[in-house]
Amino acid sequence: MSDIDNIENMDTSEFLAFRVCGQEYCVNIMSVQEIRGWSPATALPEAPDFIRGVINLRGSVLPIIDLAIRLGLEETDPTTRHVVVILQIRNQIVGLLVDAVSDILTVMRSMIQATPDVMSDNTKSFICGVLAMEGRMISLVDLDLFLPETADLKP
Amino acid sequence: MDTMDEIKQTFFQECEDLLAELENGLLMVNEGYGDSETVNSIFRAVHSIKGGAGAFGLDELVDFAHAFESILDEVRCDRLETTGEVLKVLLQSTDVLADLVQAARVGEKCNTERTQFLVKELNLLASIPSNKETVDTQRPQEAIDENGLDFQPVAIDLDTCTDGDASSLPSKKIFEIAFTPKPSLYSSGNESALILRELSQLGDRKIECDISRIPTLDAIDPEGAYLSWFIKLETDADEPAIREVFEFVEGECDLTINHVTTSPLTEEGVVPEAQIERQEQREVVEGRSPVETENQPTQTNSKVLTAPKADEQPDRRTSGSPATIRVSLERLDRLLNLVGELVINQSMIAQYTLVPGEASGSAVSAKLDEVEQLTREIQDCAMTIRAQPVKSLFQRMSRIVREGAASTGKSVHLITEGEATEIDKIVIERLTDPLMHMIRNAVDHGLETPDKRLEKGKPEQGTIRLSAAHRSGRIVIHVSDDGAGINRERVKQIAIDKGLIPEDAQLTDAQIDSLLFMPGFSTATEISNMSGRGVGMDVVKQAIHALGGRVSLVSRPDHGSTFTINLPLTLAVLDGMVAQVSGQTIVVPLSAIIETLQPKPHDIHGLGSTARVLSIRGEFLPIIDLGHELGYCEDQQDPLKGVVLSVETHEGNRCALLVDSIQDQRQVVIKSLEDNYGSVPGIAAATILGNGCISLILDVDSVVNRRAAA
Repeated sequence: MSDIDNIENMDTSEFLAFRVCGQEYCVNIMSVQEIRGWSPATALPEAPDFIRGVINLRGSVLPIIDLAIRLGLEETDPTTRHVVVILQIRNQIVGLLVDAVSDILTVMRSMIQATPDVMSDNTKSFICGVLAMEGRMISLVDLDLFLPETADLKP
Repeated sequence: MDTMDEIKQTFFQECEDLLAELENGLLMVNEGYGDSETVNSIFRAVHSIKGGAGAFGLDELVDFAHAFESILDEVRCDRLETTGEVLKVLLQSTDVLADLVQAARVGEKCNTERTQFLVKELNLLASIPSNKETVDTQRPQEAIDENGLDFQPVAIDLDTCTDGDASSLPSKKIFEIAFTPKPSLYSSGNESALILRELSQLGDRKIECDISRIPTLDAIDPEGAYLSWFIKLETDADEPAIREVFEFVEGECDLTINHVTTSPLTEEGVVPEAQIERQEQREVVEGRSPVETENQPTQTNSKVLTAPKADEQPDRRTSGSPATIRVSLERLDRLLNLVGELVINQSMIAQYTLVPGEASGSAVSAKLDEVEQLTREIQDCAMTIRAQPVKSLFQRMSRIVREGAASTGKSVHLITEGEATEIDKIVIERLTDPLMHMIRNAVDHGLETPDKRLEKGKPEQGTIRLSAAHRSGRIVIHVSDDGAGINRERVKQIAIDKGLIPEDAQLTDAQIDSLLFMPGFSTATEISNMSGRGVGMDVVKQAIHALGGRVSLVSRPDHGSTFTINLPLTLAVLDGMVAQVSGQTIVVPLSAIIETLQPKPHDIHGLGSTARVLSIRGEFLPIIDLGHELGYCEDQQDPLKGVVLSVETHEGNRCALLVDSIQDQRQVVIKSLEDNYGSVPGIAAATILGNGCISLILDVDSVVNRRAAA
């Protein structure tokens, strides 16, 4: 991190990193509205499997996306220790269910590496790069691709 | 550019208000309630629209408003009498003006033919020389009027012209003018001497300066304003011309203009009273201590005097409306959301404090009760903010009646009742089209032609009554006419001809009436340009239904028909039955539920491999297992263990919905799922229950129709 601090006026952004099934992902912090603990969601009929349901956030109804299922990992069994990251994506507000929030990263554009060509097409469609951080690999989720405009969240 | 657009939008919003005021005023005059102040407010409305339109270069609008305004000016100065014919043209002009505003708003061209026609009509009216002398003498001053007024972008709301119109003689008039500048007049670069000089050009004047308010030298504020003037002006100009002199210092001075008449004969009986009034007004102005007068605008003075008058004939003054602000609906919704959450949080806190087994009368719970009451009050308050009186809606209907009467050659009188009834703004907006259609129908099909009416011994003029009222938490709107009523024989025949019902169907009167609401039904023998625009009462029903309302019809031959619309107070709230379905809580709209019952074994019949039907009084309804249908559980449930809700869709399809149990019946606040997620098949919306959890609101139509389609 100290490298970055030394160089000013670089093209840097901040990212919120979180853990899902032992893997680390991050999103642009400007999209993050708040972070809250898990509370049971109301299931929606005919929703894709990664939609856990909808919750009440101060009077608005917003869907909860289980990132693990979205990534093709094992379904999360949420407890109160699990975390929901509330994200604003364009005009929509959604909650992202993750295991835990791990870090806030300040990242220079040059540090973002291209996505290694190993992921499944599904995953690759919304991972726009990876970061190497102290021996960890953190994948960068492109929220615009994660929640395509036209999709209505439905597959 | 953006700011310009914003200002333009504001202008159009103002136009809406002004048009409403204009129409309202004209209708008041029409009914014989109008006084000179009404005429003034009408004039101001048109004038403000003209002024604003000029600023945005909306030439068409300006041209028409100008022609309109000129006529109104004639009326205002009592040179043109408001006969029925004149009023008709004025009302039509209002409609055209509204069209032009709307056209300008969306950037389209308006129907120029009609505009041209009305401009001609207006000019024709203008050329009627009711008093030739008057017209001649007023000419030059009118020119001044125009030039000056063009700069004026907003309505000047001064309640003063009351007396100026009383005399119609072109003789010299005497005005008494009290002029008290405020410090801001000087600080904005105006000079009272110049104003007084300009005033002198209007005629002979006698000016007195009141120096009584000048303080001692040590107390004097060099930038203060301590002088006031009393001017006695003898002029052949009228009050607006005088007012124009003060135009640029509007609001920066206290100004009273009183017309002291010189020819009492023309005013007949009105004179003594009017003069007393003037006298009083002067006393009020003069008798006031300097400090008091300093910050009081002139309106206050006149208001004091007009108040008793307004009491005598309440509800007809438009000018006294309280101050309002415009707030975007989005902000209100946010407020409502937050208050809703507050209510939920509050009840949760209440639950927690009860757990330790504290006595219910403890200080904490007493305070919590207070908090609950307060939050409920805030909630009610927030709800009422969205509400608006239906007056604006009803006013629009009067135009429809006018147009309808004109195009069908019928004479129609519209009576409105309960205009102050408040409904959610969105409901009002969405109610406009269906209501318009119903009114059109009433004029077109409901009322007979004047000949037929006379034949039947009814008054030649038909009456359409439009009323709104609150009734047990809902809004009830009646549209009734005193026409021929529903011709049931014909309705039935048409339904048979169109294949809507079998030929040998035996129908009750009510059933025949309900045929009118069926899609593809229209009784008009010929398609007039009013109704019969391809939409029928089924569209009306659908629109009302979408608002959570119901529409019904009562008709008596030769006595007329009454349509009744029953609406919820707000779109944000829905009456629902809270049911348990496979561990999930589902709200079923009460409007769709006909009855609930516990099925008996002999009522259930299998049909094929999976389908089951329920017999209710000889009728077989397909059973839909809601838990299975919504995908909450794999297997179908045993109908005997659950409860059945017998529901009916908008189209009249009936179905039996099987749920586990019914928990409650209550009002729920509707929350959109589409904002953050998207539409869900079978689900209309979501709501937040008392425990803060979300529950889904069932879309009965879609669930039932999906089953029917499958």
